[in-house]
Amino acid sequence: MTNKSLKVNIQKKLKEFDLEVDFELKKGCLGILGPSGCGKSMTLKSIAGIETPDRGIVSLTIDEENIYFDSNNKINLKPQKRNVGYLFQNYALFPNMTVEENVAIGLAKNHDEKRVAEMIKRFHLEGLEKRYPRQLSGGQQQRVALARILAYGPDVILLDEPFSALDAFLKEQLRIELVNLLNDFDGFSILVTHDRDEAFQFCDEMLILDEGKIIAKGDTYELFANPKKVQVARLTGCKNISRIEIIDDFHVKSLEWGITFEVSEKVQSNITHIGIRAHDFYPADKGDVNSFDTLNSEKLERPFEWDVSLANGLWWKCDKEIHDHELVIPEYLKVNPKNIILLEK
Amino acid sequence: MMDWSTIFISMKTASLSIFITFFLGLFAAWAIVKMKNEPIKILLDGVFTLPLVLPPTVVGFFLLYIFGVRGVIGKFFIDFFAYKIAFSWPATVIAAVVMSFPLMYRSTRGAFEQVDSNLLDAGRTLGMSEWKIFWKVLFANSLPGVISGGILAYARGLGEFGATAMLAGNIAGQTRTLPLAVYSEVAAGNMAEAFNYVIVIIFIAFIAIFIMDYLSIRKDKQWK
Repeated sequence: MTNKSLKVNIQKKLKEFDLEVDFELKKGCLGILGPSGCGKSMTLKSIAGIETPDRGIVSLTIDEENIYFDSNNKINLKPQKRNVGYLFQNYALFPNMTVEENVAIGLAKNHDEKRVAEMIKRFHLEGLEKRYPRQLSGGQQQRVALARILAYGPDVILLDEPFSALDAFLKEQLRIELVNLLNDFDGFSILVTHDRDEAFQFCDEMLILDEGKIIAKGDTYELFANPKKVQVARLTGCKNISRIEIIDDFHVKSLEWGITFEVSEKVQSNITHIGIRAHDFYPADKGDVNSFDTLNSEKLERPFEWDVSLANGLWWKCDKEIHDHELVIPEYLKVNPKNIILLEK
Repeated sequence: MMDWSTIFISMKTASLSIFITFFLGLFAAWAIVKMKNEPIKILLDGVFTLPLVLPPTVVGFFLLYIFGVRGVIGKFFIDFFAYKIAFSWPATVIAAVVMSFPLMYRSTRGAFEQVDSNLLDAGRTLGMSEWKIFWKVLFANSLPGVISGGILAYARGLGEFGATAMLAGNIAGQTRTLPLAVYSEVAAGNMAEAFNYVIVIIFIAFIAIFIMDYLSIRKDKQWK
């Protein structure tokens, strides 16, 4: 086992807020999830050396520590010296160069021709070698960009919203390809996204960023299952969030929806909100635990899902068949006490 | 009789000055685009653009002030090389370079600013040197704008009159370029002679524009 780590601890004053990011990556892939303009890209650019933080340290250890940036010792390696690959949101392929030339551009002058051919083959770009980026589909462009990065042989790969420029149709296949690629990749990778599905699919470890600050970090499954904070719950896609009044150890009253819920865990005094995922409601009978009526609901149909907006402000999502266009909303809905997420501000 | 030396002088002046202006404009635009210090950037941009908005005679006046017999550089050349710049052929080149420079600089700068900055950063993360990024990414992807700047600057240099007359004078066989010849012939009442020079200017200008346009269209089509 080699001793590997990527340390990032940076501060930078931005127009809207101050960016303060501090984490250490020991292996594999880290996902950074956050709304647009929260400082995600700035963090990646600071690691790559494209942007310079005001203060802090960026260092990569592979047996030996390699300091990229250290404000105290006035070290700031140029991006050229960092060996960090960056996949840009728009892929940033050179429009004046062919696929082949793009892939080879990061290699030394007397590089082995086989290396380019190997990358072309690995990314299924055979037959497209002489094409220009404009003549490629979005998915092919992404593969060329990845081939170009991997040909260069980086220690770290940074992925900046890699799927935002693609059609929904292409996304899924490319996500599988990219997950496989990152699993095979021997170095570190950081994926930045505002899409919770992407963060969930790609990374075992996650970091949630809001207005330049880390508001949560840890194991991805754990963060989704138990977000702990209101903002984290919102970013991981919890649709129903309400302020509460604590009634007793196992009962809380929602101030937004006017319903009293039983919860499965003892309510601590720091709990200010609860969250309920829109999929966690089930038809109920009158008088069941945590049940409420559904008068005056409105519904909106999706191909495989109903979105139901209840009069009390709750959202319910239920799965459906594609041929099924009728939904009879049950008179009562309920939620299992263990599916009520206790949150603090 | 048309004086062929006039045509030859004009061609020499326009060719050498576009060569100098092209690279000066290119590197000036690069320096300005890269510059982070906003106040200095604005100041330099103003200085670089000035010859475009000032009357040519005013530019000529300043040039005389610098390159004239008593000017800083003019005097230096006389003292150390015993060479008088004012009213010599090189003066026509200096005047043409200064007057055509803003056109090259501005259209190159505009073209550079259109290039996606991610491309430059991508080049950096792929280990390309700044010099290589400049030529292979920035320059290569701004070619149409750079070429049109070149055309404008060439035409401006070929047609330079005011500043040239001030700094280089109008000496037949030495500093008399085509526009000055047109002026001299008209002043002497030889309209037919002037007309000959006019035809030559139109001819040269047209050929230059045609060649450069052809180059930029061909280059443009290749990627699309």
